[in-house]
Amino acid sequence: MNKQLKDNLITYGIIIAFYAIMQTLSATGSLSSLFKGLLVPVCVYTIMAVSLNLTVGILGELSLGHAGFMCIGAFVSAFFSMCLKNSGMNSIVRFIIAILLGALVSAVFGVLIGIPVLRLRGDYLAIVTLAFGEIIKNIVNVLYIGKDENGMHLSFTDTASLNMSADGEVIVKGPQGITGIPNDSTFTIGIIVLLLTIAIVINFVNSRSGRAVMAIRDNRIAAESVGINISKYKLMAFAISASMAGAAGALYSHNLNNLMAQPKNFGYNMSIMILVYVVLGGIGRIRGSIIAAAILTVLPELLRGFSDYRMLIYSIVLIVMMLFNCAPAALELREKYSLKRLFGKKLKKEEA
Amino acid sequence: MAMLDVTGLGISFGGLRAVDDFSLKIEKGELYGLIGPNGAGKTTVFNLLTGVYKPSDGVIILDGKNITGQKTTQINKEGIARTFQNIRLFKELTVLDNVKVGLHNDYPYSTIAGILRLPSYRKQEAIMKEKAMELLKVFDLDKECDYLASNLPYGKQRKLEIARALATNPKLLLLDEPAAGMNPNETKELMETIRLIRDKFDMTILLIEHDMKLVSGICEELTVLNFGQVLAQGKTSDVLNNPDVIKAYLGDD
Repeated sequence: MNKQLKDNLITYGIIIAFYAIMQTLSATGSLSSLFKGLLVPVCVYTIMAVSLNLTVGILGELSLGHAGFMCIGAFVSAFFSMCLKNSGMNSIVRFIIAILLGALVSAVFGVLIGIPVLRLRGDYLAIVTLAFGEIIKNIVNVLYIGKDENGMHLSFTDTASLNMSADGEVIVKGPQGITGIPNDSTFTIGIIVLLLTIAIVINFVNSRSGRAVMAIRDNRIAAESVGINISKYKLMAFAISASMAGAAGALYSHNLNNLMAQPKNFGYNMSIMILVYVVLGGIGRIRGSIIAAAILTVLPELLRGFSDYRMLIYSIVLIVMMLFNCAPAALELREKYSLKRLFGKKLKKEEA
Repeated sequence: MAMLDVTGLGISFGGLRAVDDFSLKIEKGELYGLIGPNGAGKTTVFNLLTGVYKPSDGVIILDGKNITGQKTTQINKEGIARTFQNIRLFKELTVLDNVKVGLHNDYPYSTIAGILRLPSYRKQEAIMKEKAMELLKVFDLDKECDYLASNLPYGKQRKLEIARALATNPKLLLLDEPAAGMNPNETKELMETIRLIRDKFDMTILLIEHDMKLVSGICEELTVLNFGQVLAQGKTSDVLNNPDVIKAYLGDD
């Protein structure tokens, strides 16, 4: 328990140190505007990576539709903020409610999608989640919602069919999405949400429910034989993962003026990008996900100076990280030069 | 009243009658053996008893309660726990956590309490740890409680599986070839462990085994299965001297 506590404190410490450094740098004015603009996205993608790690690493199911849940969170929270934009509500309070609402609605969709999807396993589950992610994005693209004195109007065809009165306002405009979202996302709120996300995941993993989820991952039949309700715990992990993606979506949307559901932000490319963060950081390792997501979000922007060679260098970094984490020789080297060795590894040596 | 009362149990897979008209009665506290040649249907009987398969015919009564056709999870809650022929541990969890998973249903604090670390979480986790350590101590596994289950040596993995099954607080324990792959010394130790479980926890045990030394050493009664049907049933010494059993399973020399 002590070792575990230390491990968790290191994780929190890294994030708080990162926050402190960034705040000092930006206060002294030594942070470029490019870098400043990256701070919130770093938080967003780190939360995405941590939440996907719950599905991939802890639950052990490969989900390729994680960006879909982010999309739901982004649109629900942005819509909420737009509705209350001129109500005179404190912007921080409004934003907190928006994040919670985004998380809640994503969780509901997580349950709805999880019920059929979690009956599948392995590759089939991955394919179906991929499809659901795309479906969410495409539905949002044909969604029109307007508000006037008669209340809400909804349509799936175009603005005209909303039948709005003259002074009504169209909030969600199909492919053009939502425009004029209040820019409530700040680095501080991002870091707070990130810390909360990590705390939830770590506490969940170390509780009875988290153990049940990992037991199902390790051996479904044995888990059943000791009386664990398989579908309940699978669904629970999936929904928690989805809700955190929804919170990340809320941070994401309030960092933009115009929110549109495009392939590049909510498509499968993004889902796979997040999966790359998780895999490179180490499946099931929370701290790894955080570091990998932060580095890989910042890296492409930092490499802009190399123009044409940018993606080349990016891919080399990916390969190096992969080798560092997975190649047997690299692992051996890390083992040799690591200060503290895991208990299990020690046992192996004693046997040998 | 018998702890386990099975009558006319049967299952077919397509045209294959894997188990047919299987009946069994185990008294409380008894050590009962289920033996027979490979493919006789012994593990299928276990799978029927634990709800992995739904029986086509027959009734299973556990401690006066009809549990026929219930789901595995429910049957475990009713009081049957098992181990597996090919060890099925939660490999990436620690030894302690493996047993804690077994205690899952006895300490039902909510997920929210777990995430928020409410007092109910702290209290129940503390009791869980204590209980789990107690169980591990019985099996001499307490020193390895922080190891990953997959890093335990084979014999200890078998023991851990039994400890996990016992953690669910069962009335009836099913052991599927507990001595498989063990050397004579380990088998001897295992025999003592099984006897100890029976005495310490006042447990009723049904076990499948091929090791005749173990079977004749600890089982009080036996059922011999051959081609899905009961070949002989009764006191261990009587059954092992039954000419049919010798012919079908033991072999005469």
